[in-house]
Amino acid sequence: MSTHTLSVLVENKPGVLARVAGLFSRRGFNIDSLAVGPTENPEISRMTIVVAVEELPLEQVTKQLNKLVNVIKIVELEEPSSVQRELLLAKIRADATVRSQVLEIVDLFRAKVVDVSPEAVTIEATGPVDKINALLRMLEPYGIRELVQSGMVAVGRGPRSITGTSTR
Amino acid sequence: MTSATSRASSQPRPTHPAPHGKLDSRPKPAPPAGTPVRVTGAQALVRSLESLGAEVVFGIPGGTILPAYDPLLDSTKVRHVLVRHEQGAGHAATGYAQATGKVGVCMATSGPGATNLVTPIADAHMDSVPMVAITGQQTRALIGSDAFQEADICGITMPITKHNFLVTEPADIPQAIAEAFHLARTGRPGPVLVDIPKDVLQETTSYAWPPEMHLPGYRPTLRPHGKQVREAAKLMTTSRRPVLYVGGGVIKSEASAELAELAELTGIPVVTTLMARGAFPDSHPQHLGMPGMHGTVAAVAAMQRSDLLISLGARFDDRVTGQLSTFAQDATVVHADIDPAEISKNRKADVPIVGDCREIISELISEVRAEIDESGRPDFDAWWTQVGSWRDTYPPGYEWPSDGTLSPQYVIERLGKLAGPDAIYTAGVGQHQMWAAQFIGYERPNTWINSGGLGTMGFAVPAAMGAQFAFPDRPVWAIDGDGCFQMTCQELATCAIEGAPIKVALINNGNLGMVRQWQNLFYAERYSNTDLGTHMHRIPDFTLLAESMGCAGLRCDTQEGVDTVIQRAMEINDRPVVIDFLVGKDAQVWPMVAAGTGNDEIMAARGIRPLFDDDEV
Repeated sequence: MSTHTLSVLVENKPGVLARVAGLFSRRGFNIDSLAVGPTENPEISRMTIVVAVEELPLEQVTKQLNKLVNVIKIVELEEPSSVQRELLLAKIRADATVRSQVLEIVDLFRAKVVDVSPEAVTIEATGPVDKINALLRMLEPYGIRELVQSGMVAVGRGPRSITGTSTR
Repeated sequence: MTSATSRASSQPRPTHPAPHGKLDSRPKPAPPAGTPVRVTGAQALVRSLESLGAEVVFGIPGGTILPAYDPLLDSTKVRHVLVRHEQGAGHAATGYAQATGKVGVCMATSGPGATNLVTPIADAHMDSVPMVAITGQQTRALIGSDAFQEADICGITMPITKHNFLVTEPADIPQAIAEAFHLARTGRPGPVLVDIPKDVLQETTSYAWPPEMHLPGYRPTLRPHGKQVREAAKLMTTSRRPVLYVGGGVIKSEASAELAELAELTGIPVVTTLMARGAFPDSHPQHLGMPGMHGTVAAVAAMQRSDLLISLGARFDDRVTGQLSTFAQDATVVHADIDPAEISKNRKADVPIVGDCREIISELISEVRAEIDESGRPDFDAWWTQVGSWRDTYPPGYEWPSDGTLSPQYVIERLGKLAGPDAIYTAGVGQHQMWAAQFIGYERPNTWINSGGLGTMGFAVPAAMGAQFAFPDRPVWAIDGDGCFQMTCQELATCAIEGAPIKVALINNGNLGMVRQWQNLFYAERYSNTDLGTHMHRIPDFTLLAESMGCAGLRCDTQEGVDTVIQRAMEINDRPVVIDFLVGKDAQVWPMVAAGTGNDEIMAARGIRPLFDDDEV
């Protein structure tokens, strides 16, 4: 199974997320991650959906999604031609004895410390999935007390916009 | 409160209570189109239905939909039919829609009223029926509080509607109703539900027609791609063993005339699926009948051995294909459908064509004609010899029951002959449905109405009622089983009171016949819970039951009596008729492809398996 990233433009209306999520579960497809937010147009929201499916089922997913009346446009964003990012907030056990080591790792990954207390630091990191996973591997030995991650968001590289032609 | 209001008013008030101070809804000279007028949300709803040409609405009032029923009382354009159960309203809307091609409308109150519509909505979704369901909802402030008769019907029907709306502002009602009708009848048709809170119906708003529709994500493809059509036309004239595999989409797109032209132009054999019976005349020499689990041997065999399947508005349902991996293995597939998601869903299409079936067939006709002009008419003589031998060797037929009981197939065959191809036939689900699909000759589209995809028992009587309201002057026959009939027969009271003189041919074998057939074949004749006792105890007595609901009740249990009783029923037109045909319980539906097996395993009758390997072309 391969991972695919779909950018889905939807009408900003109540229940649209339920329609999309319901469709995935009903047709037996698993969502790896899903992120929703507003776009430059207040009437339109953008979902970034990561699914692990083969090519043929992916075509079915896309066609079924397109049948939802509130779905305006679907674009698959391929890895090399798009920028893909996740956000991570993690609370790492770090007292005075190891804090400098933790901070060194944070620096190496160009992450940020957003909160600090005598026993722990909370860090913020953004990046592609690989980078986030590598950072977590490095931090794991110190003890991860709490961790929260956003779904992936992605945008195509270059000057073209997927919203441009369909909504304006 | 009401008396105080009437005292304060110098005008005579209507006799029914109008707690929200309703405006006068009697017909007035219409203002110029587009000019806003002040109305309640309920009046906006009824006016919208009128403007969209809804002639009849099937429903039951209740708490939250009450405001809508008040202006409905005054409408001269929309007739409301008060049914006995909301499921009846839903199937009646489907019967109306399937008979006319127009949108069928049903209405129910919130909570249980709305949930009773779930089965007919799911049914309409599976069979792509243009339906609009309007439900009342608790007032906006109470939504989400588990209020009395509150159900999240939009959430519940999300996977079984083409789309649904919760209307939160009275000003949005005309747009929601217009969009609902538009979505229901265009593209691939389907059910659309509009849920309206009670206070939205009661509030005053301004109304103007037509409203603006805003559906940026809805753009069905109607015109097919020219290159794909040319590719398909080329295949049709160069293949050796083609079959036109015709589905319900041909009826939905009203393409029967075009289909006949294409079939005759090419000389290609035609099969019509359960949803497409009537799309192509059964009497036509190129028609091989119905494919699938209980299809004719000729139709199933022709598809299995074809080198080209031209699928028009069909969806490669498992009941047609049998085991997918062994289905028509040598066939190149041209798949024409208005829904892109159907293409390559089950069987990979070699030539996909997305568009409206009528447009596609019209363009195919001109492309095929061009091919023929260039390289001559294709020669399918060898193919027809093969197909003809299947047809001659295994014609549709049945054996008279050995115990001397009345044959159900005979009853249905005679009914088809006597009522003729202009009658409308509906069916429930099970053996009687398959026999009705097999043994009645359909000559016109929209004359065969059944529950194909969902397989909803109890469909026949309410669907016949809906069809009768669409065509008051045409005979409408519900062919039903005794199991199905007992699920929805209360709508006969509706038919009797509201003036829908439908006729019910009750194929009463005292059992859940199709289930019993499977128990006979696959469960070692262990008949678990399939005997309904209607023969043994005569409970209910269907003739008395019919009479008690204002219908004529007739009974027949002999071969000699069949024609007479059908003719008697045909003479009664002032009330519905139920004929209780007491038939044998051991009759079975053949041919049959057992579930899960490949179509090569088709049995023409019990123990008779056509050996396709011997007659390869």
